[in-house]
Amino acid sequence: MEPVEEVVKQHPRLELRGITKSFPGVKANSDVSFKVQPGEIHALLGENGAGKSTLVKQIYGILKPDAGDISWDGREVDVPSPHAARALGIGMVFQHFSLFEAMTVLENVALGMDDPGSDRAALAARIRLVSDSYGLPLDPAREVHTLSVGERQRIEIVRCLLQSPRLLVMDEPTSVLTPQEVNRLFETLRKLSAEGCSILYISHKLNEIKELCDHATILRGGKVVAECTPAEETARSMAQLMIGAEFRSVARREAVENTGPLRLELKTLSMAPEVAHGVPLKSINLALKAGEILGIAGVAGNGQGDLLAAIAGERRAVDAGAVMIDGKPVGKLGPAGRRKLGLCTVPEERNGHGAVPDMSLTDNAMLSGHKRMGFLKGGFLDTAKARSFAAEVIKRFDVRTPGTETTAGSLSGGNLQKFIVGREILQKPEILVVAQPTWGVDAAAAATIQQALVDLAATGSAILVISQDLDELLTLSDRIAVINAGSLSEAMPTATVSVEEIGLLMGGIHGTPEKGAA
Amino acid sequence: MALKIEARRQISTRMLYLTPFIAVGATVVAGFFLFLALGVDPLDSLYYFFVSPVETLNGLAELGVKAAPLIMIAVGLALGYRANIWNIGAEGQLTVGAVCGGAVALAFWNDEGIYILPLMAFAGILGGAAYAAIPAFLKTRFNVNEILTSLMLTYVATLFLAVLVFGPLKDPEGYNFPQSRMFSDSAILPIILEETRLHLGFLVALAIAVAGWVLLSRSIIGFQIRTLGSAPAAARYAGFDRTRLTWFCLLLTGGLAGLAGTFEVAGPIGQLVPNISPGYGFTAIIVAFLGRLHPLGIIASGFLMALSYLGGENAQITVGLPQAVTGVFQGLLLFFLLASDFLVRYRVRSVKPLAEGV
Repeated sequence: MEPVEEVVKQHPRLELRGITKSFPGVKANSDVSFKVQPGEIHALLGENGAGKSTLVKQIYGILKPDAGDISWDGREVDVPSPHAARALGIGMVFQHFSLFEAMTVLENVALGMDDPGSDRAALAARIRLVSDSYGLPLDPAREVHTLSVGERQRIEIVRCLLQSPRLLVMDEPTSVLTPQEVNRLFETLRKLSAEGCSILYISHKLNEIKELCDHATILRGGKVVAECTPAEETARSMAQLMIGAEFRSVARREAVENTGPLRLELKTLSMAPEVAHGVPLKSINLALKAGEILGIAGVAGNGQGDLLAAIAGERRAVDAGAVMIDGKPVGKLGPAGRRKLGLCTVPEERNGHGAVPDMSLTDNAMLSGHKRMGFLKGGFLDTAKARSFAAEVIKRFDVRTPGTETTAGSLSGGNLQKFIVGREILQKPEILVVAQPTWGVDAAAAATIQQALVDLAATGSAILVISQDLDELLTLSDRIAVINAGSLSEAMPTATVSVEEIGLLMGGIHGTPEKGAA
Repeated sequence: MALKIEARRQISTRMLYLTPFIAVGATVVAGFFLFLALGVDPLDSLYYFFVSPVETLNGLAELGVKAAPLIMIAVGLALGYRANIWNIGAEGQLTVGAVCGGAVALAFWNDEGIYILPLMAFAGILGGAAYAAIPAFLKTRFNVNEILTSLMLTYVATLFLAVLVFGPLKDPEGYNFPQSRMFSDSAILPIILEETRLHLGFLVALAIAVAGWVLLSRSIIGFQIRTLGSAPAAARYAGFDRTRLTWFCLLLTGGLAGLAGTFEVAGPIGQLVPNISPGYGFTAIIVAFLGRLHPLGIIASGFLMALSYLGGENAQITVGLPQAVTGVFQGLLLFFLLASDFLVRYRVRSVKPLAEGV
């Protein structure tokens, strides 16, 4: 790779000039220009709806820009398809993996390549070689469903690396990783960068960008508002550039002994997984008191989904006493019954679970609020009432939408998340269970949501936060428990627990940390 | 060169509402060439098929007679389809409804009284609903696909009706013809337009369409139906009971089909015969989709499909075309509708075979 670098040194690896892309009603990118040098780790930073994904999709040939040019090694190029992008040497690791669970690593890698060749043994050897040399251990013969999320991400990365990319685009890669896995990923990325591969790194985690990236381009409202060197900035100053306003951080709660009454209790709750290859819930115990925020950390796919479904009533327990609300056994009650008792939930998946994508926001307010907020008049919908509630959610949680009659599916992920979380919080639940409250949400909106959760707890509500974002849990929670392979650890006071301890529990390692573990 | 089908990023709502009209237009064009191939004058045939049946008042009344059962059944079907509950057996539920309503009429064959008709309607609804309860039970209890069960039960119902009119319900004074006694006047639906066959059932069908619209768009049950169909996981999240909704939709559809069946025997037919319906229960499926699963749209599409029946009969008489032309036209319409629906959501692109990517 060295000689190649010599030749192209004078040209940036990738240069965007005046990229403009409109969708009906929105200008997603307007006159965006920036450069990525060879071997540079370049951050793309911005709020939700700032146009990061749209921009990246144009680089990778999924979307076509309305105006502007893309240059590659100083030569103007047209990227009509992802195939063409890969031919140039652009690799992309998406936030959501596209892997076949029932197939092996080798088969998945081969499926995603343009030219895998017919010799599978040779490909397996190449996978081993690449994965070892970049510290991404991967067994080509393993079936994907047996792998952790971190390992699955490695497949995607290795798949890109096999094509010797010269620019690797990574979309929020760390949202599903343990702290140890994040460190390992960063080492890999630094090694790649040292070898001359450029990296375009999209994230909303400011500390990561500070730690990893050489340069950052900040997008706001589809435009480039600033370029900076993250090492010279603080996380706070970057957040301000990103949102264009004074950044408000969440008021950290005083650690006090909680003496509130017990609201939600799980007693030796066990449940088979709902999906094939899932993990069963194993004898889970949990006690949630009024006024406290309890965090459940864990890497995705360790039973969080089933735990939430079991608490919400979407899945019934075999034993009614396994789930108790205010001392009442509710294990056999459905979601509507539990909501009546004051339990509201926010599921992890927004589109299709927490909201109906092709219904309006008003209808989506109706979805979970119709009984609790009195949106019904004798079996008929009181749409006006639901509409004004939806409007209040939009206003209080700064949901960017043309109005209450917009369909939920047309909102960006972060905005929909704000709407769903807001919808549940404004119902003033006595117990709120939230999965990934700020997943994919920008810093400003995350702060709004987190503050609202803290405020809700202050009014005496009991809150359970299930999240993969450890920083968030450390900020919010009074106590923290870790879920791994369907088992829940003891809840520990946040004030006394260390990140390393939690990280090891997340990786399924209990007791004293061994050297170089996880 | 190869063809590739890909999802459109933006689906135009305007096009979605335009597709029924495009489908009708394409059917007429295809019909033109069909008639040409059959060796008849295409323009004449189209005139006899689509225009001449409704040139007279009597023709319009007949249109209403045929549209009434289609609308009634399609409204029920549409509610179910909105919730992804696929009742294909409305024809069977119609038949059982007709048998039950007809049995009541025959029990009172020698009586007069205004109580007879409501009793028949009630029995018809009950019969249709009970027949739809079989797939509902199998679906909710054993997760048996309702498409298969409801469809297969249709043939059972048709044979059941035949057994009855060839046996126990045969008119004792009917010279051994396989048909029941004529119903008494009290068991016959009142005519709402003098000198025609247009009966009260037509107004009931319109009222049912309006009621179906209110139910679907304004009530919590309609909201649950829409949610279940559009995002099943969100319905579960909201606590909407899938089992109860499945029962509700199947019983409602069955009841409406049963009522339509009763109205057929109490209206244009006036007795039980081996063939009660010219496939209304199946045609109603097309009506439901052509009306965009919207009860008010179904009124319009109900009239259109009713016209295909009249036109088919008319073309048999005037141009001497086979009766199968009706079925062909209905099939063409559904085909073009599904095709244009598909093309609104997807597009076909030609690509060079090697440039395939993504």
